[in-house]
Amino acid sequence: MAVDSSQSLAKAADAHSVRGRGPRTGKTPGRLRRSLSTHWYAWAMVAPVVAVIGVIIGYPLVRGLYLSTTDANEANVERTIGVNHIPATYKSVGLDNYTAVLSDGVFWDRLTWTIIWTVSCVAISFTLGLVLANMLNRKLAGRSFYRMALILPWAVPAFVSVFTWRLLFNEKNGILNKILAGGGIDAIPWLNDPTWAKLSVITVNVWLGVPFMLVAMLGGLQSIPGELYEAAEMDGANAWQRFRHITLPGLRTVSSTVILISGIWTFNMFPVIFLLTRGGPGDATEILVTYAYRLSFVVSPRDFAGSAAWGVIILLLLSLFAVVYRRALRKQGEVW
Amino acid sequence: MRRGIAATALVAALALTAAACGGDDSDSGKSSSGKLSGTVTFWDTSNDAEKGTYEKLAKGFEKLHPDVKVNYVSVAFGEANAKFKNAAGGNSGAPDVMRTEVAWVADFANLGYLAPLEGTPALDKADDYLPQAAASTKFKGKTYAAPQTIDTLALFYNKKMLKEAGVEAPKTFDEVKSAAKKIKSKSGKTGLYLRGDDPYYYLPYLYGEGGDLLDTKSKKITVDDPQGAAAFEVMKDLVDSKAATTDASDGYNNQLNAFKDGDVAMALDGPWSIEGAMQGKEFKGDKGNLGIAPVPGGSDRQASPQGGWNLAAYAGSKNLDASYEFIKYMSSAKVQQQTTEKLSLLPTRTSVYDVKSVKDNQMVQFFKPAVDKSVERPWIPEANALFEPIRLQMEKVLSGKTSPENGAKGVGDAYRKLLKDYK
Repeated sequence: MAVDSSQSLAKAADAHSVRGRGPRTGKTPGRLRRSLSTHWYAWAMVAPVVAVIGVIIGYPLVRGLYLSTTDANEANVERTIGVNHIPATYKSVGLDNYTAVLSDGVFWDRLTWTIIWTVSCVAISFTLGLVLANMLNRKLAGRSFYRMALILPWAVPAFVSVFTWRLLFNEKNGILNKILAGGGIDAIPWLNDPTWAKLSVITVNVWLGVPFMLVAMLGGLQSIPGELYEAAEMDGANAWQRFRHITLPGLRTVSSTVILISGIWTFNMFPVIFLLTRGGPGDATEILVTYAYRLSFVVSPRDFAGSAAWGVIILLLLSLFAVVYRRALRKQGEVW
Repeated sequence: MRRGIAATALVAALALTAAACGGDDSDSGKSSSGKLSGTVTFWDTSNDAEKGTYEKLAKGFEKLHPDVKVNYVSVAFGEANAKFKNAAGGNSGAPDVMRTEVAWVADFANLGYLAPLEGTPALDKADDYLPQAAASTKFKGKTYAAPQTIDTLALFYNKKMLKEAGVEAPKTFDEVKSAAKKIKSKSGKTGLYLRGDDPYYYLPYLYGEGGDLLDTKSKKITVDDPQGAAAFEVMKDLVDSKAATTDASDGYNNQLNAFKDGDVAMALDGPWSIEGAMQGKEFKGDKGNLGIAPVPGGSDRQASPQGGWNLAAYAGSKNLDASYEFIKYMSSAKVQQQTTEKLSLLPTRTSVYDVKSVKDNQMVQFFKPAVDKSVERPWIPEANALFEPIRLQMEKVLSGKTSPENGAKGVGDAYRKLLKDYK
């Protein structure tokens, strides 16, 4: 009896898997051929993408994972340069790199600052973007001019913007301190004092991030039906109530997406920090990615394994963030 | 790649014609008989004020060897090291000849990026080189570069400003401090510009207190000895007492601008900045206003680090024969003499110091004795990596985030991680 039932269960599972998961080779060769003949077009279409992604994302990812479990550095990886042939002499060290990173105070210092940096950048640029989008969503004279002007930071390549900001921040000759001097205020060491440097990098990143928020929010605002506002007005809702009960819920899908995306971007925002302060003064503004960069490009010999371990940890942190964030949204009834 | 094939084909074709003509044998067995040809890509790291002169000199090689094209590329000093490593390690885009900072040679050679130069035309009249310049070109008993120029730091000062304040060129950092006070009260200007963003400029303070980075003989890390902390203390005191001004970024340009425009009276700098300083309003019509004195000393001595530039051939170069010849040309006595005449840079060949135009050059007269007494840095593969931990701690100390003692300790700890066999 018991034997019977288990057999039938197994059979059922088997049948299910064949139907649901696609062909099983050997037993039912006909299905594979049938699947291929019906779906070959789809497979052919997808194949190049899969191949490209496999080469440019999959391979480095796997290679990075592998390197992070070795002691590879610039001096012991294999290469041939002219007459010089250097054989590979690195070896596996298991998870030593990870324990070294996690037991190092540097990692936790950098992580704390990275989180402060991400949260404040995203929060400020989101708020500013929301406010500006609301202002630009009304009918006002020269609206398209304002929209253009506010998108402008996005049109300029980031490194150009950052270098321009660096000139503005220059303690001796920068225009910001010249203006302050005109008002009788002492020069501020924008990039030379740890606290000011932190504020400066956040300012620049917010400046760069607002246009993205603005565009996304404007799009979201325009998708909210005008009737809702009319109906609310009829019911006697004031401006704040309309904002609170119509605009914000209407924007929820857009805002949850942009917050996730910009959170990940800011977490990994290498150019702003690197080009503005190089992580300085000291290591005050260094985030996790700039430290990983330092390991693999600044120290000598370049520490490929250590840098790979940092990279994997950053990837894990971001995946964790995305999963937790999505789960929190789903709990609020958001389908994303 | 395509260019590589073309160049190889060209070389092969020329070698054949040369062989057919029964060309003359050159003394080095390696270089094939006949004319050199192809392209030599040269990465130059000289600064904005110098690079025009270097480009002209490099192009002069084409006159000697009409079939060789010199592809001159100017690379910013700050990026050159990383850029070369990316290109050399990735086996694509590396230059044939690279102007390397003295501390980079051992590093690049250790990684297999450089071609050894013994027995090649590149090492021409090697006995003529100043011994301390030659020391930086050797790694594990082989020579990997030819010295091009040698330098050290000194105190640049604005003679007029010091005279107005009634002070002599200071000999110690204490004197710098008191001179700065007088300058401030007379003209309102700051006394000294202190490079807070570049570790190289920490060395005079460290040596001045009697310290050093490492003791390579006994394999000992000495940077976190009390002298290391004292050096940070002196720097911090100069900044805190407003005798000096500093920056954590753009220091090179800020310093040069502040000095040549007369915003500061003094700065520690090297011969590479003479040309740039002369273009500023304080010195343009009045070259004699630029005063140069030995670096101020600390409580122990007056000493500054030995620097300079070497020329190295990339091991993977497709045109090594022409590269060797190019190095020979660029480090030759004649070219060194020209760089001194035009840029006041110091030659690495003893014979060049006997040339009249070099002997009469005021900057050389000053810098040569300073170079003779300059302190050699540890010529180990990690030499260049020794700087980053200093930069990190120096900025922390100057911005008041950490104490001089902890700063020195931080540098020492970083060295212990870097140099496994040191204690």
